[in-house]
Amino acid sequence: MARGLAWVAAVLVALFLVAPIVAILPLSFSAGSFLFYPLPGLSLRWYQDFFGSDFWLPALWNSLLIGSASAGLATLLGTPAAFGLWRMRGAARAVAMGIVLAPMVVPVIVVAVALLLTFGPIGLVASYSGLIIAHTTLGVPFVVVTVLAALEGFDPVQLRAASACGAGPVSAFFRVCLPQIAPGVAAGAIFAFATSLDEVVIALFIAGPAQRTLPRQMFAGLNDSISLTTTAAAAMLVGLSVLLLLVVAWLQRRGRTQAGG
Amino acid sequence: MNRPALLTAPLLLFLLLTFVAPIGAFLWRGVTDGEVAPVLPRTIAALAGWDGRVAPGEPAFAALVADLREARQRDASAIPRAAARLNADRPGFRGLLPMTARRAEAPFEGTARDAVLAISEEWGEAETWGAIRRAGGPLSAFHVLTALDLRQDAAGSLRAVPEDQAVFRLVLLRSLWISLMVTACCLLLGWPLAWLIATSKGWPATVLLAAVMLPFWISLIVRTAAWMVLLQREGVVNAALGGLGIGPLPLMMNRFAVVLAMVHILLPFMVLPLVAAFRALDPRLPRAAASLGAAPWRVFLRVTLPLCLPGIGAGCLLVFIQALGFYVTPALLGGPNDQMLAWFVGFYATRSVNWGLAAALSVLLLAAVGLCVALYGKLAGFRRPGAA
Repeated sequence: MARGLAWVAAVLVALFLVAPIVAILPLSFSAGSFLFYPLPGLSLRWYQDFFGSDFWLPALWNSLLIGSASAGLATLLGTPAAFGLWRMRGAARAVAMGIVLAPMVVPVIVVAVALLLTFGPIGLVASYSGLIIAHTTLGVPFVVVTVLAALEGFDPVQLRAASACGAGPVSAFFRVCLPQIAPGVAAGAIFAFATSLDEVVIALFIAGPAQRTLPRQMFAGLNDSISLTTTAAAAMLVGLSVLLLLVVAWLQRRGRTQAGG
Repeated sequence: MNRPALLTAPLLLFLLLTFVAPIGAFLWRGVTDGEVAPVLPRTIAALAGWDGRVAPGEPAFAALVADLREARQRDASAIPRAAARLNADRPGFRGLLPMTARRAEAPFEGTARDAVLAISEEWGEAETWGAIRRAGGPLSAFHVLTALDLRQDAAGSLRAVPEDQAVFRLVLLRSLWISLMVTACCLLLGWPLAWLIATSKGWPATVLLAAVMLPFWISLIVRTAAWMVLLQREGVVNAALGGLGIGPLPLMMNRFAVVLAMVHILLPFMVLPLVAAFRALDPRLPRAAASLGAAPWRVFLRVTLPLCLPGIGAGCLLVFIQALGFYVTPALLGGPNDQMLAWFVGFYATRSVNWGLAAALSVLLLAAVGLCVALYGKLAGFRRPGAA
């Protein structure tokens, strides 16, 4: 009886979570220009508008470029750091972990305003490098956490075995450890990419008109009258997110089978 | 043993440059004052021993004239900067200081005091000089006090600003209140969902988990946009209500819309720690309590709840911490009275260029977040995986 009630509640809450997102997607295929149902007909005109526009398509490219660059940088910095943290002990580890994880809890607005102040005099405001650096900072904790989780399943004795076989520490890392934690590293990179793809506040404060990302452009679109092109942009972001979710799920399954076998 | 530290060094250096140092430099502005001292060094020195009850004597006026004459020759842009800072303390200074500087340039007969008072009566008031002393730096409590709706008068005593000028305490309370409401709603809605995900088997549990994970991955701006499309005057919900003969209701630009969208966005952060807590609960313990004769509510209160409490606390704090820093969702879905601390930080940093106040508000925001993080560390511990 109580369980039946719980099921009703849970299904309603699950609907609450999914329905708003599902509800706006069909609107982007509307032939009309209203934001409600029923649709007057189906068309791709809002997608044509998106791909023909002077600001939506560049915004998509900016998002992909800044996302890839910051995910790459975050992976390059985060993977060795995670490997180091995995072997560190004691107070040094706690302090290093605290610094690495801090970007996850510090409100983004504080980071955005602080970077506006610091980047201004050195010419990094309204520049691609500035935005890439800022997004790397936000994405790197996800890389470290994910790689650390992958390292939990890695037996450090293998490193000693590799060294006994004559491998230096660098080649032991690349030839023994990295292949086994690769799914975790890839998942971390995707988390960092998704973080950048999701980010509005920093883009709002330190990006110039040339660096407008897709979420930043959506923010501008939502601030004045919402057009259905904005829902088309939302649909594209949802598509990208679902794609990333599927890739991560696949990577996690691979990581598990590797750890098991 | 040094190699692990060496591997983390590049990242730590990177974060030091792009995160720790910028935030430190920004927050530093909240507790210091650097705009006025370079312009009025002698005046500030002359005010050091002043009691603050009535306007100071001739030495302070003479120092003011000397400072302003020198400042005009050295760096003309420094005066408006100092004036802007003083204006934040005492409205009117934005015009008063440059005007005094311009007119004090001309030579005058008699005392500096008479000459300056002839330029403006304002200089005869203690509070005008009090503002200069408060901005003298290098350390200063002015911005933090402003962020708490307090001020210090020229004589040094502390009092609350008048009701009609008090803004920030209200904003702080509002931010805490909205975050609290969002956390409570998330706990209420997340509980049954998490319970069933943790205790059911087969596809229904998988479907429920997918319903939590999917929105978790979808961009915050998309989810905010979805609520805007649904709730606006000519949106999906009002059109549907119109079909039933109700409407149109003002569903957007209010507190309701902000809380609704924030609950939608933050709910997964509640459900996932709850699932972890419920999964870790040994199902034999409530069963044992029931078999010993405890009523269901008693089993829940005395066995299930205490065992899950750390996980519940972790979920609540995770939601609360993130809710405190929300910017985009209230900015798009809320009205002027629904903006939270983050919005004011952004406003003072960019639109009114009052970095000191923006930094002081950030100090408050970070203090609240830091408190919650410390609590989270006590409850969940930072090592246990699965909580995040």
